[in-house]
Amino acid sequence: MSALKIQQGSSKHSAYDLRDPNAELIETHTLAVIVDNEPGVLARVIGLFSGRGYNIESLTVAETDHQGHRSRITVVTTGTPQVIDQIKAQLGRMVPVHEVHDLTIEGPHVARELALLKVAGKGDARIEALRLAEIFRANVVDSTLESFVFEMTGGPEKIDAFADLMRPLGLREIARTGVAALARGG
Amino acid sequence: MSEQMTGARMVIEALKDQGVEVVFGYPGGAVLPIYDELFQQNHIRHILVRHEQGATHAAEGYARATGKPGVVLVTSGPGATNAVTGITDALMDSIPLVVISGQVPTFMVGTDAFQEADTVGITRPCTKHNWLVKDTEKLAETLHQAFHVATSGRPGPVLVDVPKDVQFATGTYMSPQKAKTSHYAPRVKGDIEAITALVELIEQAERPVLYTGGGVINSGPGASLLLRELADATGFPVTSTLMGLGAYPASGKNWIGMLGMHGTYEANLTMHGCDLLINIGARFDDRITGRIADFSPGSKRAHIDIDPSSINKVIRTDVPIIGDVGHVLEDLLKIWKARGRKVNRAGVAQWWQQIDEWRAVKCLTYKPSKDTIKPQYALERLEALTRDHPDRYITTEVGQHQMWAAQFLGFDSPNRWMTSGGLGTMGYGLPASIGVQVAHPEALVINVAGEASWLMNMQEMGTAVQFRLPVKQFILNNERLGMVRQWQELLHGERYSQSWSEALPDFVKLAEAFGCKGIKCDDPANLDDAIREMLDYPGPVIFDCLVEKHENCFPMIPSGNAHNQMILGEAETQGVIGASGAVLV
Repeated sequence: MSALKIQQGSSKHSAYDLRDPNAELIETHTLAVIVDNEPGVLARVIGLFSGRGYNIESLTVAETDHQGHRSRITVVTTGTPQVIDQIKAQLGRMVPVHEVHDLTIEGPHVARELALLKVAGKGDARIEALRLAEIFRANVVDSTLESFVFEMTGGPEKIDAFADLMRPLGLREIARTGVAALARGG
Repeated sequence: MSEQMTGARMVIEALKDQGVEVVFGYPGGAVLPIYDELFQQNHIRHILVRHEQGATHAAEGYARATGKPGVVLVTSGPGATNAVTGITDALMDSIPLVVISGQVPTFMVGTDAFQEADTVGITRPCTKHNWLVKDTEKLAETLHQAFHVATSGRPGPVLVDVPKDVQFATGTYMSPQKAKTSHYAPRVKGDIEAITALVELIEQAERPVLYTGGGVINSGPGASLLLRELADATGFPVTSTLMGLGAYPASGKNWIGMLGMHGTYEANLTMHGCDLLINIGARFDDRITGRIADFSPGSKRAHIDIDPSSINKVIRTDVPIIGDVGHVLEDLLKIWKARGRKVNRAGVAQWWQQIDEWRAVKCLTYKPSKDTIKPQYALERLEALTRDHPDRYITTEVGQHQMWAAQFLGFDSPNRWMTSGGLGTMGYGLPASIGVQVAHPEALVINVAGEASWLMNMQEMGTAVQFRLPVKQFILNNERLGMVRQWQELLHGERYSQSWSEALPDFVKLAEAFGCKGIKCDDPANLDDAIREMLDYPGPVIFDCLVEKHENCFPMIPSGNAHNQMILGEAETQGVIGASGAVLV
């Protein structure tokens, strides 16, 4: 609802009050959506989110079952509990959608993303960047005399933290995949 | 039996195997192979419309009148884009449509070819599902899947886009039985625990109401019978949305009229004051709820819906039941009977006393006139002269006349009332009446129209005349865009910006030009005779009923207000919509 950002004229007296009554109750959820890998399926899912004003924090998709032609979409979204329920119900009724899992409420899960960071610098800054990369277990996948490309995987917070440290050391570009997630245990 | 045939032939075979008798369509370059196959067979009748939007609304009318999916055949590009309004209308009102569109050949897709449009992209958000078929081998199965998706669960429109080379190429036909449809199987049986919880509430409720919607009608005639059994056995009052009219008979003793923005006083106050609200196949549309914060403040809410996304979308529900209305009502009645058919008789009797007091307000009263035809009067007379017709169907356009029709015409059975509810599509009624008449050639089919809506698809009179469809176009002509004018009066300081029509056609001459009958009436004294003349004429009629120009539609819940803040008539209309209500539609 908040994504609609309709403020003007929308008040508690409106028939459809578009202000978010639970602004403090915004939650972040990670959803795993198993879909038929058919043309347009990603457009359908994205169209649902944009058409109904839901948020996408990150979204990843790839075929995970070649024989069954199934893809797994991992989407991180935010909203009130009511909006999160709506998102799951709206996803669930789409024809090519087989399963919708809310990893956030279904139990503990691991969430990882991959990032590539280009850091340019000389002298102490370059040495410091390399030292921090070791601490964060980032790999150097490309190097020139004046730059590194680091590859790292981890939760979004870890990548944020590493990027924040690299910024004063000459961070030039960053590419992130978005989160892939699986429930823990069997 | 697997047989080799062209894609175009497959389309015809698949339609035959799906039991399709009628297709509404319009030919063009990208569907010529299919039209060539249509020409060479006699199983499927094709109704040539005058505009593709007309085809979709006619198919909607056909679907609503029969319970079967409506089938539309259009060409690529403009053919498909013209169909978009009707497809969206069907999505909003949950009407099963199968739209087959031609597409430029696969090797030209993406080249901005002549009459190319990204039809699947354009219709993705306005269909339940859609397909672009790139391989003739997959065409038959896709078409069968399309019928399955359109008619299963919450019904809706689907589209199959068929490039021209796929129509020409040869492939193997697959029968409906072999087509893979298993993965889309929405749940129809409700959760027994939830149904039992609702039965417990039914047993205790003092002030219950059954709030029914189009889902009852979509569930089939059996669901309407079960609803009647439930209402009559419990004695609970029944109201309905615009889409659900006829599921419970208007002549039934528990009927309290339509609810919502232009619903009856008694229905809306019953909703506001109830302690148990049972939503059966409706979706808490904003025309129904009014201000959500004040919606039915003291009630427990149960919601029966086949679409899980309808639950808790707008209104928080205490007892959600996901399932088909017919299946759920069957289980509900079984459990309620097994538990001893208990109802709080004393409480409900007192509730009826209260409802009868509200009813005594007679909210549909209007000021009669001897000089001009009041639109309400016109509909009262139409009702009086057609109510006993054994086979009457009513379609409408959108606006004031639509609300008056819902208020003043009574429906005693489902599938008799076709109107554009969710999308509010002006221009729906005339083509819809054509679709209904195609389905029921002997029936009396009347489109209650406003002149402005009617003009939006008036070209379809050509279709009615060509196919000898005796549809009656009953136009309440106020030479205004009545509902727009009403809102401008209430909301915009009586500045009637662009809400009147000058240079309206002479409808009688227009009828003659189309080759049908025109009748004009502007005198209340002549109205009955004029209506009889319309009913007696064996062909299509355009009835120009000149009515009071400035009549407003009441009762009305002004936008942004609650159910108990209805206005009943002209005297109360000053400043009824506040600044916050003004942004709403």
